[in-house]
Amino acid sequence: MFTPLTIGLGAAALALALWCGIAALRGEPTKDRHFVGMAVVTALAVIQLAIGLFRLGAGDRPSGDTTAVFVSYLVTVPACVPLVAIVSLGERSRWGSATVAAGALVTAALQLRLHEVWGGGGG
Amino acid sequence: MAESLIGTTGVPPAGDERRRLRSGPGMLLLTLYVIFTIGAGSRSIYQLATRFEEAPLAYLLSAAAALVYAFITATLVWGGETARRLGLAACVLELIGVLTVGTWTVVDPGAFPDATVWSGYGMGYLFLPLVVPVTGLLWLRRARPRG
Repeated sequence: MFTPLTIGLGAAALALALWCGIAALRGEPTKDRHFVGMAVVTALAVIQLAIGLFRLGAGDRPSGDTTAVFVSYLVTVPACVPLVAIVSLGERSRWGSATVAAGALVTAALQLRLHEVWGGGGG
Repeated sequence: MAESLIGTTGVPPAGDERRRLRSGPGMLLLTLYVIFTIGAGSRSIYQLATRFEEAPLAYLLSAAAALVYAFITATLVWGGETARRLGLAACVLELIGVLTVGTWTVVDPGAFPDATVWSGYGMGYLFLPLVVPVTGLLWLRRARPRG
């Protein structure tokens, strides 16, 4: 779809997962700086959604799999991190941090899938 | 010993019955179920609405998976002993579903012109559909009332 963004978003999500995973292991809840990280990942995800919808609107179709699967992944990506961010606001324990780490991991994994579904290469 | 074990799992004191299923690790599990409900739900609504006749079996199974995810999400949010038992039953159903459909897609791929959420034991979703119900069963068992 747009490979540099897919890689960038995947790397940012992995970094966020690692960061919050460490906080969870230390028994710490999420802090303001973690929310800055979540905001960055969310912003990238929204840009990706916009690009994806624009390319679908322009008539491009994923070649690796069906459009349904692609759209499903595309809308799940920007939903993941905001959702876990809200959860971690309510769950002020290490489990809030673990939840953000899990959501970020799902986001990163979805990048791999989006890339595969769109056609495997070339962007 | 029992006290300290419960302390480290994040289960709050028994007084707060309703919240217990979705506190600590339960909140992590609930989040995964919400993500899966969105993922499987958006996919199956799109497929059922646009091209149901192409692969009715696969799309209906995906929709069934989405409903099971939504139901377990609801039981975790609702809390309490009845919800916990319903959640346990739904997790068993989910596990049976992913094992049955997973095996079915491996043995007879011809029955599925298009993939389901549970195809190849949830391979398209990093095998999380296989991991999540097991985690759910462990958590719901651990969260049973004490005393």
